[in-house]
Amino acid sequence: MFNALKVRLSQGSQYIPDLRDVTLVGFRGRPVIGEPPCEAGCQACRDVCPTAAIAGPEPRLDLGRCVFCNECVLACPDQKLHFGPDYRMASGTLDGLVVGPGKAEASPVAVSEALHRRFGRSLKLRSVSAGGCNGCELELNAVGNVNFDLGRYGIEFVASPRHADALVLSGPLTRNMNQALETGYAGIPEPKFIIAVGACAISGGLYADAPSVDRSFATRFTPSLYVPGCPPHPLTFVNGIMDLLGIRPPRGGA
Amino acid sequence: MNASRLCLATPDLARPPSDFFKELRQRVAAGARLVSFYGRPSDDPAEVVLTAVFDAADGLMVSRASILREHGFHSLTRDVPAFHIFERELFEQHGAKPHDHPWLKPVRYPAGGAARPSDYPFYKIEGKEVHEVAVGPIHAGVIEPGHFRFMCLGEIVHHLEIQLGYQHRGAEALLLRGSPLALAPLVETLAGDTSVAHAWAYCDALEALTDRPPDLATETWRGVGLELERIAMHLAGLSGMCADIAFMQGASTYGRLRTTAINTSMLLCGSRLGHGWIRPGGVRLGVDGRTVAALTSNLALIRRDIAIINRHFCQARSVGHRLRGVGVVSTGQALELGLVGMAARASGVEIDARTRLRGELGTQLPIQMVVETSGDCWARASLRIREIDESLAWLDAAIAGQTTPAAAPAQRGELAPDRLAISVQEGWRGEVVHCLETDAAGALRHYRVQDPSLRNWFGLALSVRSNEISDFPICNKSFDLSYCGNDL
Repeated sequence: MFNALKVRLSQGSQYIPDLRDVTLVGFRGRPVIGEPPCEAGCQACRDVCPTAAIAGPEPRLDLGRCVFCNECVLACPDQKLHFGPDYRMASGTLDGLVVGPGKAEASPVAVSEALHRRFGRSLKLRSVSAGGCNGCELELNAVGNVNFDLGRYGIEFVASPRHADALVLSGPLTRNMNQALETGYAGIPEPKFIIAVGACAISGGLYADAPSVDRSFATRFTPSLYVPGCPPHPLTFVNGIMDLLGIRPPRGGA
Repeated sequence: MNASRLCLATPDLARPPSDFFKELRQRVAAGARLVSFYGRPSDDPAEVVLTAVFDAADGLMVSRASILREHGFHSLTRDVPAFHIFERELFEQHGAKPHDHPWLKPVRYPAGGAARPSDYPFYKIEGKEVHEVAVGPIHAGVIEPGHFRFMCLGEIVHHLEIQLGYQHRGAEALLLRGSPLALAPLVETLAGDTSVAHAWAYCDALEALTDRPPDLATETWRGVGLELERIAMHLAGLSGMCADIAFMQGASTYGRLRTTAINTSMLLCGSRLGHGWIRPGGVRLGVDGRTVAALTSNLALIRRDIAIINRHFCQARSVGHRLRGVGVVSTGQALELGLVGMAARASGVEIDARTRLRGELGTQLPIQMVVETSGDCWARASLRIREIDESLAWLDAAIAGQTTPAAAPAQRGELAPDRLAISVQEGWRGEVVHCLETDAAGALRHYRVQDPSLRNWFGLALSVRSNEISDFPICNKSFDLSYCGNDL
């Protein structure tokens, strides 16, 4: 009894009141690319990128491929790039994941009226990892912990596809998970949608050309939300979903 | 000199295979512990080169030989069960058959092979009262996929067969495609919850090949990353075990303490899972007065609050009731199977690369090995609790008086030709082994990755025998093994 009280006292209040307004210290998040043009022909950032996430004469960085390894930042002779602490990186479209030079605007996720109506007050998620290394899975589990507590908005992971409204996909999609993934997604009743989490699920990431990866599922179904990162920060996931569903920020804290 | 690392000129392979297998048996008989046994393609496509790594009295030792794939070899598993998974892997990857292997089944279903997960040859138990329970590959939680097949008599599990391979990406093949100096981001995703240990093992082997050993300050900061990873994952494991037995105060308190631990990693390296912490040649950390002060105060907070929840956890009757005597792996079984790391130490086996194979860091800043003897879920929980305490104490000593580490220099250097470099790092689950081999031109010709999970999955299968099937989740969580680390 006294032990339980002492634990309760030490625990205090751990939840983050406003999940949309958090200052992350040290987090390598949304990249910022400087304005002045690059030296003609400079390839330094592209050469070191392990996922070919950087393209164009002026660097444009595809967050759907980026693993936030910081190699490009260190390689750039002009220090044009850096990763800032902004965790708002999710997008409803693949185009929305591309960051170009200039002021970093948090790419807005367009509110889906249809999804808002259906799932704005209750959204049940079924996670399927198809080659996910447990990085994304750990962070997806974290969105339900006492700190992030996404359950406060009626959003939670459920045990069966039968109980779910959306598929949360992680991993590069392995050949050996193909069949189970198909069956699992088919088991979610309509209407349903897909959330792709992490560079692996969005683009194949570091494993895009791996011998035992088969991305045919990704060519047939288009996610409604892309959550970049390696792994994504729980707040990137949380804010992406809240934006997509049009969940309004809390009034006066909680 | 670092005992956890071995770099040697690739030995002459011209020796009769029978001598090689005799040597393996002799080494085991002399008390050496099998660390790894694997194959790599030979210059002659008809042959495969076998490498066995032992932890012997004098440190790491290697035996090698080349055999004809078509001939295969006589399996050692019946006499030395620790060879069991290695021989299966060897057969799947190279077609060299271990004759008379008692359990020769697929491991990962690699690309190009005909085997599919749906064809797995499950062990059958016949009988009117026997029934089977099949679970997975997709499980109830947010967790990696794998298939569990229980053969039960009523509620009692006679045998659990664990079928993995669903996560197989082909990571070892990818490791040979990129520049050997730039593999760290890929290595950090081999098993995403063990990023730091894998990155360290990779860099350690690579630095042996480039002959650029790091200084003690760099090693110390790498150790800080590794112990933070251990603390965070042990907290995650304790939180998960508490959730599985509905001890919710434990689940939430250990869970939020984990948040503090991983946010501390983020503060230093930008990633909650320690991505980017370790790179060839050094570390990449934002260490200054402010971050060191935050590191120190976060560790103090964890130390203070974990003592309170530990006391509650260890004294709660419900916790003891659910964990004691459940999922027992005896010392003999653990030794026979070649279990490693946390699971082995919880069964009374004294192996820990940090103390057994220590280098300069382990000598200057020793860490205390923790061993439990009961081999049950309780032992695997209390081992975590005690290891967190040891890691916290070690971190205090390591951080005291530490200065800012030198930034990791640009990745450069030539790999020495015809070398085999082996590195063993004690990750939170157990020993992470990376074996890198160069050819005559100094190019990487083979990369062997071994996550501790590969050897420990069979330990989980043994632990649930004669237990109630309802105790499987807690047994599973107590081992907390990696699917990706196994499947690669």
